[in-house]
Amino acid sequence: MHIAEGFLPAAHAVGWTVAAAPFVVHGARAVVREVRENPESTLLLGAAGAFTFVLSAIKLPSITGSSSHPTGTGAGAILFRPPVMALLGTVVLLFQALLLAHGGLTTLGANAFAFAVVGPWVGYGAYRLVRALGGGLLPGVFAGMVLADLATYVTTSLQLALAFPDASSGLAGAAAKFLGIFAITQIPLAIGEGVLGVLLFRVLTVNARPELERLGVLRPAPATTAGGAA
Amino acid sequence: MSRRALVNVLLVLAVVALFAIPLLLDGGASEYGGTDAAVTEDLEAGGYTPWFESVFSPAGEVESGLFALQAAIGGGVLGYVLGRLRGRRLAQEKAAPGSPAP
Repeated sequence: MHIAEGFLPAAHAVGWTVAAAPFVVHGARAVVREVRENPESTLLLGAAGAFTFVLSAIKLPSITGSSSHPTGTGAGAILFRPPVMALLGTVVLLFQALLLAHGGLTTLGANAFAFAVVGPWVGYGAYRLVRALGGGLLPGVFAGMVLADLATYVTTSLQLALAFPDASSGLAGAAAKFLGIFAITQIPLAIGEGVLGVLLFRVLTVNARPELERLGVLRPAPATTAGGAA
Repeated sequence: MSRRALVNVLLVLAVVALFAIPLLLDGGASEYGGTDAAVTEDLEAGGYTPWFESVFSPAGEVESGLFALQAAIGGGVLGYVLGRLRGRRLAQEKAAPGSPAP
């Protein structure tokens, strides 16, 4: 999903930067507020950021014979709501743009919009939908992780189509072309990411139960006091 | 091995299989080029010239090292947090043995 440095026309680069900036600023405030009001969240915030950091560093092979990155942004969006990921995701992209020549500064806005804004929000929405329909935590996490990943790549494809519409088939043709490059490759990666997310949350439900209850991810267990309705 | 641990191991194996099986079936026929690079090649073939260069472009081997560094930092922090959380739970269970975790 990294649009390479210099590969978006200047007007698009500026436009996406302007579009992403408020989300990132709002996300930075959300992170500061979370840490200030709930210092005990810091550990889990670190885990959410680290999860994205690892997953987006790894290029994985896919059935299509090409390889691509997972995103890992769904986990933090489910735990701390999407604004937090707008900051954490942008930090990851900045690291890759500056040190790895992956993505870029001129395309940071567009990449952040796809990776750190749209992905987390779609993933969070999918998670909430599954929970609202009566699904459990883990099915919700799976759906959230998979769709955060896929939505990121769909957004990148549309951004590229907008910047490079096809001469004959226009926007739709270009979107189909870029989706063809990204989307099918991404499906097994998204599923793998979903399974990793389920693993992470299985570990967290055992070891970080108080945090998950406070964040509203888990309902407080009626455990020993026989009074809570299940 | 508890049932919970067994399920976790099976999930890890499922992830490994998901990426190993296509590699094995393919038998080394594919290049596994990155999709990001596929897009830039397509655009450059279409006559587009990037108007800005990366401020720092590591050479191939250094680049893979830096990617490994990124994964190592992430994995290290994640492992530290999960280890601390687990240690906290074990300490609490030791202090109050009446309420075992589910």
